[in-house]
Amino acid sequence: MSIEKKSIDLATQEVLKKAQDENIKTAWDRLELQEPQCGFGQLGLCCTVCDMGPCRIDPFGEGAQAGVCGANADTIAARNLARKIAVGASAHSDHGRDVAYTLSLLSEGHAHDYEIMDIEKLKTLAQEFGIDTNKTKEQIAKELSKKLLEEFGKQEGELVFTKRAPKKRQAIWKKLGITPRGIDREVVELLHTTTMGVDNDYKNIINNGMRCALSDGWGGSMVATDVQDIILGAPEPIRGKVNLGVLKENYVNIVVHGHEPVLSEMAVKASQDPELIKLAKAKGAEGINLAGICCTANEVLMRHGVPVAGNFLQQELAIITGAVEVMMVDVQCIMPALQEVAACFHTKLITTNPKARFPGVTHIEFESKKAYEVAKQIIKLGIENFSNRNKERVNIPKYEMDLVAGFTKEVVFQILGGKYRSTYKPLNEAIISGRLRGLAGVVGCNNPKQTHDYFHTTLVKELIKNDVLVLQTGCSAIACAKQGLLIPEAAKEYAGKGLQEICEAVGIPPVLHLGSCVDNSRILTAASHIIEEGGLGEDLSDIPAAGCAPEWMSEKAITIGFYFVASGVYTIFGASPFATLGSKDLTDYLTKGLAETVGGRFEFCDDPIKMAQLMIEHIDKKRKALNLRPRMYQ
Amino acid sequence: MKQLYYDVKKCLGCKSCEIACAVAHSISEELFKAIKEEILSLPRKKIISSKDKNYPVSCRHCKDPKCVDACMAAALVYDKEKGMVLHDESRCVGCWMCVMVCPYGAIRPNIKTRIPIRCDKCKDKDEPSCVKACPTGAIIWQEETAMQPGTVPEGDCPATR
Repeated sequence: MSIEKKSIDLATQEVLKKAQDENIKTAWDRLELQEPQCGFGQLGLCCTVCDMGPCRIDPFGEGAQAGVCGANADTIAARNLARKIAVGASAHSDHGRDVAYTLSLLSEGHAHDYEIMDIEKLKTLAQEFGIDTNKTKEQIAKELSKKLLEEFGKQEGELVFTKRAPKKRQAIWKKLGITPRGIDREVVELLHTTTMGVDNDYKNIINNGMRCALSDGWGGSMVATDVQDIILGAPEPIRGKVNLGVLKENYVNIVVHGHEPVLSEMAVKASQDPELIKLAKAKGAEGINLAGICCTANEVLMRHGVPVAGNFLQQELAIITGAVEVMMVDVQCIMPALQEVAACFHTKLITTNPKARFPGVTHIEFESKKAYEVAKQIIKLGIENFSNRNKERVNIPKYEMDLVAGFTKEVVFQILGGKYRSTYKPLNEAIISGRLRGLAGVVGCNNPKQTHDYFHTTLVKELIKNDVLVLQTGCSAIACAKQGLLIPEAAKEYAGKGLQEICEAVGIPPVLHLGSCVDNSRILTAASHIIEEGGLGEDLSDIPAAGCAPEWMSEKAITIGFYFVASGVYTIFGASPFATLGSKDLTDYLTKGLAETVGGRFEFCDDPIKMAQLMIEHIDKKRKALNLRPRMYQ
Repeated sequence: MKQLYYDVKKCLGCKSCEIACAVAHSISEELFKAIKEEILSLPRKKIISSKDKNYPVSCRHCKDPKCVDACMAAALVYDKEKGMVLHDESRCVGCWMCVMVCPYGAIRPNIKTRIPIRCDKCKDKDEPSCVKACPTGAIIWQEETAMQPGTVPEGDCPATR
């Protein structure tokens, strides 16, 4: 595969060339060795659930049409998919649990390095849980964290955050029996239904899968987002820089990578510690430069404007620049390959979470109780490692791009309505009047099966050209940021006339960065506010909006897809379809049947322009259903 | 002339070669589309397990082909130059005699099309699709003469058993 086919990003291309010259293998090389990939796996027709197997269904109809137990293609593909939903939900929700636990420690005075940064949000959340807010903030935090942690272990009732959804949506969930009860319960129950000899009805399996996914979107992820805002501060629009060019030649480069920001937040603080900066200078560096990869990057970008070195497929490349002293990782999306790549350089890979370790890699365990101390210790290791850098092997591509991030459901309120009269009205009005065609959420990962960043950027450019305001999170946001779509000036260059007018009037980019992948929950709450504001229907499925994960790869993406679909959103997945094509019934249910029960449905498409067309067609259909005025500028 | 050989010690029985073969002989030649075609393509190769070992079995293009002798319609002919048994499907009457006489069980009937299914070494491609698809390198595509005695232990290859 030519380097141009691997990525459209010039910085990525440059480092891939270096990797090639130095014979260092990356994800793209490993993909080549995997090809052709297993057909049974791609179609979802391999079952490893019990030891009577592994069983496979012959997709060409001649051989076995049932596993040893009798499970057919529908059951096997549905169970495989459901397990992925459960794993994705568990990842987001466990993240939420850790953050809620930190709030609990903080309220009891055990996590001295954190404080309650957003009292307003603390109180708002407390009220949602029926907590009296006429108390000290510590007392409120204590009661709130208890309630939040209870959401995980609850057996009955409904998750409190599901009440944020429009009434009509709640009623749909209730009718289908998919209102999530307890965050952990939904994961466990879904896993139970997929074991040998339990649920054989693919529709029922998928319905239970939706309930589990909802416990992530309206549960675990929402807890993670909101509590992070409380203890780390709610983001506000902030300028930043993105791409491998943010690594600095004469500085000690520390890269944070993963998903949970509680430690990286401390790393940001520690990187500004005068004592450590002095030490770095003593070692011959000009200072300490902190940069991020993946969603940890998005978190520290949103709150501090910390530069983003790259998205998922650039994690190995950051090390291959030869300029990274320490890469500290927490959980999720951390390629096992990092260990080998780091071994080709002086880079120290440091694991920090007991859930994610590499054999033989330095492990410095993070504890909320001594967070700052741990962060300082790691950064110190980086400073000491600076002298080991081989300057001749350093090659930092000169590419970096400006961006504006830090949009949240609260900020959108304030920008549109002013700080004292926060309202979604102007946004709704813009859609109703036809100045704005609609909204799109474009999120998700990278996948070397697709040209890196090409799908994200091509799709988003096409959407904004057609007056669709795009909300982004995760590696998708980083992809578009690198192409200069996240600066206000991008409106003039790429957006349609209607969207351009709005961007210019309010001073926002045509593409809004809402944060990390748990922050997809921000999109759900923002959409609920839109319904509350009025004029755009009574349910989330009425809004002229669509979602897409163009370059997805993770199980978490599948779960996100399911909670969006179960919330009524038309959602397209690119790269490759879910591994369900081996079951026609199941695939039809996902792409057609679900529309009748939950109002949202999946679509699989592998062409970014076609994706944009499908999303726009859907948006137009919703506009027509709401009887909205024709678009202002055709 | 190149032939297919098998290092059966390496065969995990994953059936990737079967899938690749069916896809290669479909109309679209793409997995996701091939499984939706009206007349489904079928693999020319099948994995047969025997005594803890897996044998990818497909037509061996014998120099003394029993199937050619048995074919009453003269649809099967042995092409000496190509070293292959060729099948003229327009002449085939679907009598299944070839299926019955093949000593390797390498020819199977496609009941729907009434045409026997057998390996054509992916005649239009550089190499048979099963070779590329094999994740362990158990399927070997090489010149007949290059095969040194001893590289495949006796008894491991169905042809030398």
